[in-house]
Amino acid sequence: MAEITTNIKPKLRIIDMTKRYKNGDGVEHINLDVYPGELVTMLGPSGCGKTTILRTIGGFLDIDDGDITIDGQSIALLSPEKRPTAMVFQSYNLWPHMSIYENLAFGMKLRKVPKEQMNQQILEMLKMVGMIGSEKKFPSQLSGGQQQRIAIARSLLLKPEVLLLDEPFSALDAKIRVQMREELIRIQQELGITVVFVTHDQEEAMAISHRIVVMNKGVFEQVGTPIEIYDHPVTRFVADFIGEMNFMETPDGIRAVRPESLSLSRGSQGDLHGHIRTIMVLGHYAEVNVQCGDAVIKCNVQRDQMAGWAVGDEVSLSYTKEQFFATETVE
Amino acid sequence: MFTMLNPRKFYRAVGRKKFLDFFVLTVFLLFFYGPLTNLLMLAFAEIYQYPNLIPQKFGFKWWEFVLSQKTMMSAVGQSFMFAIVTTVFSLLICLPAAYGLARYKFPGRRLVMFSFMLSNAFPKIGLYTSIGIMYYKLNLMGTFLGVVLIHMINTMMFMVWIPCGAFSSVHRQQEEAARDVGAGPFLTFCKVTLPMAVPGIAVACIYTFLGSMDEAQGTLLVGVPQYQTMPVMMYTVISDYNVMAAAVYALAMVIPTIVLLVLLRRYVGPEAIASGFQMK
Ligand SMILES: Nc1ncnc2c1ncn2[C@@H]1O[C@H](COP(=O)(O)OP(=O)(O)OP(=O)(O)O)[C@@H](O)[C@H]1O
Ligand SMILES: [Mg+2]
Repeated sequence: MAEITTNIKPKLRIIDMTKRYKNGDGVEHINLDVYPGELVTMLGPSGCGKTTILRTIGGFLDIDDGDITIDGQSIALLSPEKRPTAMVFQSYNLWPHMSIYENLAFGMKLRKVPKEQMNQQILEMLKMVGMIGSEKKFPSQLSGGQQQRIAIARSLLLKPEVLLLDEPFSALDAKIRVQMREELIRIQQELGITVVFVTHDQEEAMAISHRIVVMNKGVFEQVGTPIEIYDHPVTRFVADFIGEMNFMETPDGIRAVRPESLSLSRGSQGDLHGHIRTIMVLGHYAEVNVQCGDAVIKCNVQRDQMAGWAVGDEVSLSYTKEQFFATETVE
Repeated sequence: MFTMLNPRKFYRAVGRKKFLDFFVLTVFLLFFYGPLTNLLMLAFAEIYQYPNLIPQKFGFKWWEFVLSQKTMMSAVGQSFMFAIVTTVFSLLICLPAAYGLARYKFPGRRLVMFSFMLSNAFPKIGLYTSIGIMYYKLNLMGTFLGVVLIHMINTMMFMVWIPCGAFSSVHRQQEEAARDVGAGPFLTFCKVTLPMAVPGIAVACIYTFLGSMDEAQGTLLVGVPQYQTMPVMMYTVISDYNVMAAAVYALAMVIPTIVLLVLLRRYVGPEAIASGFQMK
């Protein structure tokens, strides 16, 4: 959401929030604004604190310091059942002793939604998640992907201000995962709901997010749109974590170049020189590894530009885009 | 046809492996059902004298004798009364403990779990003697509560361990999801955790109920003469050397067990019981 202007108020604010576990792990001084209708993803390696932050928003963890607000109201002291958030976990979301209908109706009954209205909304929601006809089934009769759809449906039926998703698709097969993420984008756009999504899969994050928060070891490394983060990673960690990147040491710092920014040519006019070690054709493009001194540089080249190149050829590389990390910012 | 009864021919016909299986099964059946068959014969015998393998005369004489005794009906009533009250009390006391043990991993948790076995590890009679002394001080001797407490000592292990296993198998997320959609902690427990643990709890209830129905030593020590349950009465009958009446009593006591097991057979599987005995 690059066009956000200052007069739009954030839906969710995390203000200088700190959560420490007894053993010292946790997150510190977290600040994040999420705007209405925005899908923000927290992305980072395992153990970096993504779930911790999400659970503090949902009310499953007490915070030690700072504040969390929704529409300007602090929710930090509310128990989960009082918060206008809804959370979907990685697995075991559904109650196995209740039918799908009962699972969906449980929260609505607590809110005293009239029966007629409830039935109608449940039907509509089942249609939205493509699960019409499963009302009478029990969770154990559904596949993992179907169970997650029901879990998302159950959350959406309660019309939460913020939907929290903790790696909801990571237990699913690759193919279903891609399908589910497309559906999530569709539903999110249809309903205009605000979503905080957690994943350790950078491809998933790139595909679905308006903005990505890249985390490492309990701190935010960078917050930005997928394109900003891909094209202008501000730390070496981000550059390394998102997409593929070649790192080249120079006396004053590190140069980082994406494989697709490199092009091959004969002669000596390029930025780097070496010889081709391997050529792998991967569909419409080829991955070429070039030995330049001690370093191996990976280049992605269009198939039609590969004609005439062979392993062992002398080659010169030139690039259009690079990132430079001066020595002091290198970890 | 009868040639098959010759073991050697039978062995040839079915092969070594099958023969062994058959042999083991036969021994098992004799071992397991032999005494039961004997009990049945005893209970329905009218004349049964030593050298005969099978009673000379079958009939309901001893059933009439037992059922006509006034104390019998009161014993049956008391047995059920104690079993029901013991089960309900154990549920009320042990379920919260089981839940706590399942959910909170505090130091010394295993020790607490283990301590419930202690009452079953000591020789009972020593335990009861010391309890008896305490009972005199607390005026619990010969009281209803006193008997219930004695019964509970024996069954607490089941009521804590098995439901604890059942609660542990309810995932945190499932409880959290209930909180998330708006249920408070109590409602979450009632609508999600408890129903999911019901199979385990049912098994524990059966154990507790049957354990209480079966309890004799403790009741004999602290309940008699005010309270006489069926097993206590059996002690008296056996000490009168009336074997056939004893057999009738024994069968009468088996009936509630069988009825319970049939009613709840869906829940009482080896898995359900085993899940309670894992020290998670
Ligand atoms: N209940 C807890 N008690 C103590 N430490 C914890 C607890 N939960 C998480 N941690 C620690 O806090 C850190 C952050 O954990 P968190 O679960 O937030 O990571 P994550 O980013 O969600 O990782 P993953 O991708 O593996 O889910 C980790 O080092 C973890 O070991
Ligand atoms: Mg996590």
